[in-house]
Amino acid sequence: MLRSWYSHLRLRSARRYGAGRVGVFLGTSTSGILESEIAYRHRDAHTGALPADFRYAGAHNTYSVAAFALQALRLAGPAVVISSACSSSGKVFASAQRAIESGLIDAALVGGVDSLCLTTLYGFHSLQLVSAAPCRPFDSARCGISLGEAAAFALLERAPAAPAAEAVLLLGYGESSDAYHMSSPHPQGRGAREAMQKALAAAGVAPAEIDYINFHGTGTASNDESEARAVAAALGAQVAGSSTKGATGHTLGAAGALEAVICALALRAQLLPAGVNTTQVDPALEVNYQLRSRAARLRYVMSNSFGFGGSNCSLIFGRPA
Amino acid sequence: MSGARLSAYVDGVGLLAPGMTSWTDAVHVLCGEVPWVSAPTVLPAPQSLPAAERRRTGPSVKLTLATGLEATRHAGVEPALLPAVFTSSGGDGQNCHEICAALATTERQISPTRFHNSVHNAAAGYWGIATGATPASTALCAHDASFGAGLLEALTQVAAERTAVLLLAYDSAYPEPINGVRSIPDAFGVALVLAPARGAATLARIEAHLSDAAADSMPGALEGLRRAIPAARSLPLLARLAVPQGGAVVLDYLPHLRLALTVTRCP
Repeated sequence: MLRSWYSHLRLRSARRYGAGRVGVFLGTSTSGILESEIAYRHRDAHTGALPADFRYAGAHNTYSVAAFALQALRLAGPAVVISSACSSSGKVFASAQRAIESGLIDAALVGGVDSLCLTTLYGFHSLQLVSAAPCRPFDSARCGISLGEAAAFALLERAPAAPAAEAVLLLGYGESSDAYHMSSPHPQGRGAREAMQKALAAAGVAPAEIDYINFHGTGTASNDESEARAVAAALGAQVAGSSTKGATGHTLGAAGALEAVICALALRAQLLPAGVNTTQVDPALEVNYQLRSRAARLRYVMSNSFGFGGSNCSLIFGRPA
Repeated sequence: MSGARLSAYVDGVGLLAPGMTSWTDAVHVLCGEVPWVSAPTVLPAPQSLPAAERRRTGPSVKLTLATGLEATRHAGVEPALLPAVFTSSGGDGQNCHEICAALATTERQISPTRFHNSVHNAAAGYWGIATGATPASTALCAHDASFGAGLLEALTQVAAERTAVLLLAYDSAYPEPINGVRSIPDAFGVALVLAPARGAATLARIEAHLSDAAADSMPGALEGLRRAIPAARSLPLLARLAVPQGGAVVLDYLPHLRLALTVTRCP
């Protein structure tokens, strides 16, 4: 399975454009830090040195995921990791699109990867943000996040003049900063609203034309509250939406790309995906939260990704006219 | 190599490095007037942060606040108005060490502050809190190629969004035991304000493209500095910005790519 995926991407991108014209833009929050956490338990009793087989560049360093992808896919273009916590792999779509638009590259492997490590598990625990039961975004009884692991990838190419009917188009992105707090979102969702409004302006899409929004929707009290306010202000509270984190957990640096892929699948299948685990939508939140998946006419969909440090990103995907 | 040429105007520079306390100070060293004398990097306390936040910050925040504010001051722009590109090979090494050490104990307790300071975009978050900047900010890593990756991201933002951008590249030392496997001897931070059009404060125009030519080195002892710290891979560019005649320069980037730049000074 892995091999066929590799060869598919490699053949398609490298053959069509040349390996040097394909960039790599990946998001991750912690890359391979788990190996460092384990290595610290095996420090030399006398010198304190890490075990001889510890790999800094290939595991610890944040860039290691992109270095691996570059090598595995035999690509030779520019490569970078974006690590802005939980907005990382939403933002890779924006950076890659700019690189294509400016002529630096013709295509890009974009994606997000995060695997479980103790830093995030004990870190979120210290903030009292880990739910004891599977997370329930936007539910009255929501009580935090469930940590998940994921890897999600896409090949981003310049859109042809007449895209195929099944094509999924990246129509716009919006990025902003809260400039408010390191680990709490702005209570009114100021930065989130700005990111969504920028994405709408870039895509040339009216707020009422968004047929589905994939919320950041972590399941914490504060995220869902501030996001609901921001979405109501930017799109109107009537927009149908869900957080697929009820199904996947919060995959952190991979969440943006994972949810972009879910949006692409929703557009292709013309299916509006529900949020699972949520049973009683919090009446205090002004949202049109979808509890049952259903067939729907989807032309434009939005995906939100927000991270620590007040880093926000909204993406708009659509089908050709 | 073929490919697009990306250009921008350099409107301001900020620098904090071993033996160089500011860009204004470093110009005399980089143009050869004054010899470079190695001395530990002096990290100023971040006065622009509220006292409660100031206590929690590490070298990354001190480096980026000092260099970012120097660059925007030279450019004559309000820091709050600029999108920002942060790029670092490793982020805050001391904080990372404290977390790994705590997680190796049976208690496995880390504080909320340790945790939120562990994100690679911590410096970007504090920059927003200190300056009130709400435009886009991003946080990049490309191991030893982090300066080149940040420069490319900033140049594509200038090209695609037609906006001025603040680029901040910074690295600082890891404590032991990580220092034993990844030795970065001292802190180095550089900030550039890059703009799509020439303005009153413009210092130079730069044009960049991907190249497979060999990277330029620095004269004398500065070559050791360039090689020792990923953010110091910017030094050959800074040296061209420091001299009136500008010039062509090739910067180290990824193992398979370099960045060729032409620096044209704007008198």
